[in-house]
Amino acid sequence: MTRYLLKRLTFSLITLFAVITVVFFLLRIAPGGPFDGERQLPPEIEANLKAAYNLDEPLYRQFALYLGRLVTGDLGPSFRQKDFDVNELVSRGLPVSTALGISALLLAVLAGMAVGTLAGLHPGKPLDVWLMSLSNLNLAIPTIVAGPVLILIFAVFLRWVPAGGSGTFTHFVLPVIALALPYVAAVARLIRGGIVSAGSEPHVTTARAKGLSPGRIVGFHMLPTASIPLISFLGPAAAGLLTGSVVVEQIFDLPGIGRYFVQGALARDYTLVMGVVVVYSTAILLFNFLADVAYGLVDPRIRAL
Amino acid sequence: MNPQLPHLKSSTILPIAAGTLCLVILLAVIGPAFSEWGAEDMDWNAMETPPSLQHWFGTDVVGRDLFVRTMHGARVSLTVALIAISVAVLIGVPWGLVAGYMGGRTDQLMMRIVDGLYALPVVLIVILLVVLFGRNQYLLFAALGALFWLDLARIVRGQTLQVRQSAFIEAARGLGASIPYILAKHVLPNILGPTLVYVTLAIPGIILAESFISFLGLGIQEPDTSWGVLVADGVQTLETSPWLILFPGIFLAVTVWSCNTLGDRLRDRLDRRHQV
Repeated sequence: MTRYLLKRLTFSLITLFAVITVVFFLLRIAPGGPFDGERQLPPEIEANLKAAYNLDEPLYRQFALYLGRLVTGDLGPSFRQKDFDVNELVSRGLPVSTALGISALLLAVLAGMAVGTLAGLHPGKPLDVWLMSLSNLNLAIPTIVAGPVLILIFAVFLRWVPAGGSGTFTHFVLPVIALALPYVAAVARLIRGGIVSAGSEPHVTTARAKGLSPGRIVGFHMLPTASIPLISFLGPAAAGLLTGSVVVEQIFDLPGIGRYFVQGALARDYTLVMGVVVVYSTAILLFNFLADVAYGLVDPRIRAL
Repeated sequence: MNPQLPHLKSSTILPIAAGTLCLVILLAVIGPAFSEWGAEDMDWNAMETPPSLQHWFGTDVVGRDLFVRTMHGARVSLTVALIAISVAVLIGVPWGLVAGYMGGRTDQLMMRIVDGLYALPVVLIVILLVVLFGRNQYLLFAALGALFWLDLARIVRGQTLQVRQSAFIEAARGLGASIPYILAKHVLPNILGPTLVYVTLAIPGIILAESFISFLGLGIQEPDTSWGVLVADGVQTLETSPWLILFPGIFLAVTVWSCNTLGDRLRDRLDRRHQV
């Protein structure tokens, strides 16, 4: 197990390093500098600015400087927002984005398990057909459409929750649902398949023969088996949720990292965009690593490695 | 019982999905011809009006016909998908073929790269590219394709691993055929079916990614339009004129649903054949 985890960890770190390298050099070879504003700056001032940001150094020096700061957790100053460094922007947005992402993931897993179990226990029956058709439809509705429609129904017509902004718990209800919806469907499909095949497993037949209650059979014998594929889905799901949160934060006007990313992208804020990509990549790689650990814990064959 | 989606008989849903997709494509191609309005024509007498006989899907805030714009958006979104998937196939298929056929260290290294890319916020990296190198639409297509080849590479590799064991490959090798020749003439034709199915399944992902990027204002730019751009416009007037988001949204969802369903069903059929 230790060897397996070490291998996975090394792999994650190499990937992260590769991302940082590629992103850094892409940013530097891109046309147009951060000071190419509407107004031409006097060359002396521009030179001073570049010196202050180390832009006058050779590329490899800049890269080394950036890496050195990154290791200490410093993402550098923002190229566009005065008086802010990227850390401040990221740490300001992080709590909002984390709350949004984790709530959506929880909702997706719990609701998806419920739907998938219900459907999987009645394979081929009308309930199964309807639940799965609904899931398929759900997978097809993109967040950019589902979000506004949710606002229209629950905020504009019913007035149950606010349409946007942040501050209270109610502000998070719609964004979390909008972000989680496609993943509820995806989890439901996975769990449904698992429950259907678990139904014919010998250990489930044994449980039935022992006269266990249906609740115990489903909860203790079928769901655990059916949930194993879920673990490997969590890595890509985390990546998808993080990406999706960019658009959800935009739609619901939540001040998360995604908002800063879009602002930074539109304003060509080099360090900010790069900082967000680095933070997101780290988060996703960390999540994948945790999924690997979980996989090792449930699968004895991997533990033996 | 087949654990893979045995709901709604495949014989009824497959033609529905295929028909819907054809209808969307047909509408995108010939739809604008049926309307008297052009994509950028402004009807000064009908600004932000709900659907009517004159403007089937209503008009936007500057009086442009939403039906025509949705169809133009369809053209752009579908073209982007087509070009991006071509790029994905051009990268993913050879990658998978080589990795699967060569095996060993080459395979290990190539698939590790795929794994690494898989664990990244790739859409955000595409956004980064688009921002860095200007909002060039061709770059957007290429970047999207460069993002969606990962699944294809995995599928093709898996299939190649199976085909590689066959006697006729060994025979070809015995006759002294070169590796590129074997891959192109013997392996590729045998993995074409599954590859096509996964291409169908990758297209909705590309359409969604394009709409996502355009929605944020980082993809297709005015006056050109796509479903993502139209949905983003519709959000601005959500409360006063919801039809502006509903029509493009419905087209987007229906197209993605058809592709997903088509791919799912075709995959089920293939799987069944493999099981026999």
